[in-house]
Amino acid sequence: MTSGRLRARLIPYLTILPGGLWLVVFFVVPMVFMVSLSLQQGDIVHGFQQTWHWQTYTTSISAYKDQLLRSFKYGLISTLLQIVIAYPIAYWIAFRAGARKSFYLFLLLVPFFVSFVLRTISWNFILADNGIVLGTLKDWHLLPQSFHILATGTAVVGGLTYNYLPFMILPIYVALERVDPRLIEAAYDLYATKVRAFRKVILPLSIPGIFAGVVITFVPVSSDYVNAHILGGPTSTMIGNVIQNSYLGTQDYPTASALSFVLMAILLIGIFAYARALGTEEALEVAAR
Amino acid sequence: MTSITDSRGQGLDRLESGERRAPRRRPRRRVGDALLHSYTWLVIVWLSLPVLVMIVFSFNNPHGRYNTTWVGFTTKYWSSKLFAFEDLTQALITSLVIAILSTLITTILGTMIGIALGKYRFRGQGSFNLLLFAVISAPEIVLGASLLSLFTTFNTGLGYVTILIAHVMFSLSFVAIVVRARVLTLDPSIEDAARDLGADSWTTFWRVTFPMIVPGILSGALLAFVLSIDDYVVTSFTSGNVTTFPLWIYGVSKLGLPPQADVMGTMIFVAGLLIAGTNAIVSTRRAAR
Repeated sequence: MTSGRLRARLIPYLTILPGGLWLVVFFVVPMVFMVSLSLQQGDIVHGFQQTWHWQTYTTSISAYKDQLLRSFKYGLISTLLQIVIAYPIAYWIAFRAGARKSFYLFLLLVPFFVSFVLRTISWNFILADNGIVLGTLKDWHLLPQSFHILATGTAVVGGLTYNYLPFMILPIYVALERVDPRLIEAAYDLYATKVRAFRKVILPLSIPGIFAGVVITFVPVSSDYVNAHILGGPTSTMIGNVIQNSYLGTQDYPTASALSFVLMAILLIGIFAYARALGTEEALEVAAR
Repeated sequence: MTSITDSRGQGLDRLESGERRAPRRRPRRRVGDALLHSYTWLVIVWLSLPVLVMIVFSFNNPHGRYNTTWVGFTTKYWSSKLFAFEDLTQALITSLVIAILSTLITTILGTMIGIALGKYRFRGQGSFNLLLFAVISAPEIVLGASLLSLFTTFNTGLGYVTILIAHVMFSLSFVAIVVRARVLTLDPSIEDAARDLGADSWTTFWRVTFPMIVPGILSGALLAFVLSIDDYVVTSFTSGNVTTFPLWIYGVSKLGLPPQADVMGTMIFVAGLLIAGTNAIVSTRRAAR
C-alpha cells in the first residue's frame, strides 16, 4: 500500500524527468558555462584559462555601448509601433468581425508560415536601392537617385516591427475577446459616450494583453540581429550582431559571452518584473498562444 | 493557436449583443467600422507582401543566377532546374531531416511534461513552470551562445547532433505548454467514470485520456516542426560546417536569392499551411462531435 502510494507520488516526477533533464543539461548548464567563459582569458589558438577577469565586462560594455543602447532603442520604438498598429486590428476583430474572427486571425498568421529569414530577405529585395519599388520610382523621377531605405535604422526598425507584429496582435486580441460585453453595455446605459466607454472600460481591461504582447516581443526584438544584418548597414548594427560576430567571426569568446550575459540579464530582469506583476501562470498562458 | 478555436463559441453571443445595441448610433459607427475594416485589410496586405513577392519570383527567369528584376515567366525552376544548386538541395534535405527528428523527440518529451503539469499537483511544479517560461523568454541568441560555450568547453565538435540537441531544447517548452493547456480542459469526471467501470489507471490513460489530448499533441508537433525548420539564430551557433536551409539563404542574402530558394520557400509555406489547415479542421470536427 505504502509503496503503491509512493509510486503514485513519483509518477509526475518520472514523467517530466527526461524532458526536464534535457532542459537542465542544455539550457541551465550551458548558461553556467557561458558565464564561466566570460571570466576566462586567452585566445582560440592557445586556449582559454579561468582567470576571473571581471574587467572583460566593463571593457566590452564600454566598447559596445552604442550597439547596446541602439538595441534597446530599436526594441522600444518597434514595440511601441507594434502596439499602435496592432491595437485597432485586434479591436476590430474582437468586436466587429463576428463569425469571421478565425478567418481574419488566420489571414494575419498566414505569412508567418514562411521562414523568418526568407521574409526578411524578401523585404531586402522589395526595398533594394534600384529594386522593384525604389527603382521604378527613380525611373519616373519621383525620387532622387541617391534615395535609399536599406542600410538605415528605419529599415531595421521596419523589419523588426513587421516580423514580430502577430505576437502583439494575438495577446491584445485575446484580452479584448475576454471583455464581458455586458460591461460595455452597462457603460452605455450609464450614458457613457463611445470614447468614454472605450477609455474607461475597454482600454483598462485590455491592458494585460498589451503587457503580454510587450513581454513576448520586446526580448526577441531587442536581441535580434537578422534584420540588422539583412536590412541594416554599419550605422544600424545591434548588440546581437556584435555577439554573433565575436563568437563566430573573431572568436573572442570572453567578450562575446560577457555581452550575451549582460543582454540576457537586462532583458530577463525586466521581463520577470513584468511577469511578477502579471503572475507567472498567466504570463506562461499568454506566451503559449 | 489554441485561442482561435476556443474563442469561437463566445463570438456569436457577442455579435448578438452588439446588434441589440446597434440602432443607437448607427451612421457614425458604420464609418468607423468601415475604416477599421479597410485598415485591417491594409495590414494583411502589408504582412503578405513579402510572401507574394517570393511566390511571384519563384516563376521568374533571371539573367544571372540570382533574382534581381522581373525578366519573364518560366516554370523551369519548379521542375528541371529545381535541384541545380547541389548545396541548396542538400541544405533543404538537412533541414527536413533535422525537423522530423526534432519533432519526434520534442513531441514525446514535451507531451510527457504537459501531461504531468496538467494532471498532477506536485512539489516543485512552480519552479518547473518558471524553467519552461525562462526557456521561452530567453533571447534566442543567448540560447545559441550558451550552447556554443558548452560545446567548445568540452570540445565536442559541432554538427547534426548539436543542431538536433538545440532544436529539441528550444521547442520543448512550447509543446509542453500546448499539451498542458489541452489537458487542463479535460473533465476529470470522465477519468473517474472509466475507473468506476473497472479500468485500471494504465487502461484509463491509453483508452480515455490519451485520445482526448491528441489534438493538443498534434498542434504541439506542428509547432515543433515549424520552429525547427525555420530556425536560423540558434542553428547558426551550433551547426559547425553543416548548412541548413535558413543558413544557406542567410549566406546569400546580400546577393539576392536564386529562384530555386523561392520555390523551396513556397513549398515549405504551402506544406505548412496544408498541415495547419487539416489540423484545424480535424480538431473543430472533433470538438463538434
